[in-house]
Amino acid sequence: MSNQSQIQVDLTLDCKGLACPMPIVKTKKAIETVQSGQVVEVQATDKGSLADMQGWARTTGHQYLGTIEENGVLKHFIRKSSSDEAKPEVKFSVTMTTEELQAKLDGGEAIVVLDVREPAEYAFQHVKGAVSIPFGELESRAGELSSDASIAVICRTGTRSDLACQLLQEKGFANVANVLPGMTGWNGPTSKLI
Amino acid sequence: MTTNAYNPMTAKEVTRFILDKKPLFILDVRNETDYADWRIEGETVQSINIPYFDLLEGVEAAIERMPAEGQVLVVCAKEGSSKFVAEQLAETGRTDVFYLEGGMKAWSEYLEPVKVADLQGGGELYQFVRIGKGCLSYMVLSDGEAATIDTLRITDVFEQFAAEKKAEIKHTIDTHLHADHISGGRQLAEKVGATYWLPPKDAGEVTFEYAALNDANEITVGGTKIKIQALYSPGHTIGSTSFIVDDRYLLSGDILFVESIGRPDLAGLAEDWVGDLRNTLYSRYKELSEELIVLPAHFGKITELGEGGKVSARLGDLFAHNPGLNIHDEDEFRRTVTENLPQHPNSYQQIRQTNMGKIAPTADEQREMEIGPNRCAVHDK
Repeated sequence: MSNQSQIQVDLTLDCKGLACPMPIVKTKKAIETVQSGQVVEVQATDKGSLADMQGWARTTGHQYLGTIEENGVLKHFIRKSSSDEAKPEVKFSVTMTTEELQAKLDGGEAIVVLDVREPAEYAFQHVKGAVSIPFGELESRAGELSSDASIAVICRTGTRSDLACQLLQEKGFANVANVLPGMTGWNGPTSKLI
Repeated sequence: MTTNAYNPMTAKEVTRFILDKKPLFILDVRNETDYADWRIEGETVQSINIPYFDLLEGVEAAIERMPAEGQVLVVCAKEGSSKFVAEQLAETGRTDVFYLEGGMKAWSEYLEPVKVADLQGGGELYQFVRIGKGCLSYMVLSDGEAATIDTLRITDVFEQFAAEKKAEIKHTIDTHLHADHISGGRQLAEKVGATYWLPPKDAGEVTFEYAALNDANEITVGGTKIKIQALYSPGHTIGSTSFIVDDRYLLSGDILFVESIGRPDLAGLAEDWVGDLRNTLYSRYKELSEELIVLPAHFGKITELGEGGKVSARLGDLFAHNPGLNIHDEDEFRRTVTENLPQHPNSYQQIRQTNMGKIAPTADEQREMEIGPNRCAVHDK
């Protein structure tokens, strides 16, 4: 117990005997009740909680300090990040409105409109001239696009296109923008396949 | 009021989708590392990975990436998180939502029995396909007697199968000391009063009694009708032994697979065993009839599953097409089987210790040790 006394804990959460997802669900709720900078100790017996706790901390931005195993109990230590260091819901920062996109296209700007909706959605209606690569295929098909092209990514409401922009950025595409709100706000010329 | 239901799907049912080549969409909610390590695969299976802890606020991110219709199977490690996510999906009004009963643990333990052949002497030969992990076991049945080969830890499956066939298990035989999975051979033999056979050269450190399996040993099943001839074939381990069943089927253990060959490094002696592996594959096997049907102890890729899930190939065809049997230069062979090998199987050291009887993990610990793919072939990635 000596090593544990060195760790200042503000809240201890008992998740012993609980199977996933409960340790993480409870941790999430507990972290909401403490102040930024405070530390929560989560005691769990589910071995899988270790990797999941690390993964959850990574996506939420809270700080995973470490885990101590004592007599079959895993004690995970999580420090709540302050709101400015915790990752807000990740959003791609470069955006343009549907009106802005329309203006650029009308002005003859060289811009690729990438539609990341499913093929059926694209078939019924899409921005005139848009290229279709469903989001689920973008990882493997990104090579069909030129990485220095100016790309406006569009979906129905801006969520999938946001993820698509992030993916393209990771793949080295430098000039990518998310079109908001998406096809729901598009009043310009459209085409369809059927 | 409508109830938004979601239902369990068993590992057996998932196996049917794969073997019948019916499309199945899988949302795997385990963490990214586990998904990258090992997941449900099939020619008609499409899967995406979003950890359940990224879906605590809602499942919209998952719905966006799913096909609009059709069955969706949510998968996690043990079941709990997949139910949690499946319930949320059902609440959005989505129908045809399932979760994998028992999670990937159940998937790892499911065995599909596939009949290989009727034997000349009137018996039958079955292959047990552990689809989630790529292991293959065998059962020879004849005249009310049975022998199992490379028996897996899930021994009740073999016991029940033999009971249904009204056969008494007389022999459990391991081709070698396994490093990727825990053998059920000893446990099953003890339970049903059978003889457990192990090649003595792999059994130097074992802590239990066994029957020594030597080159040219013959084991008979059902009187004298079905012969299992042992053929010493070192290389994957120093004791590795193959069997010729009923003069027709070559059970090659972890020496020769359909699309690859065994790796010599799992006992830490790759350099020492390369020569044995080469000699077995390029000389000893060469002397056998090309008409033998090779039945290995593993498959590497789901595409190796043939009719009904059966994994097999004619020896002559393997000599023509298996890349591991077509490396003519000895130095190149040495490099192929000792360098750039795939990762070791998870927990392989502990698994070897368990199979030697040196440690006795609990059932849960054994299950945990076996999680993941087998990686016994040189071409597994």
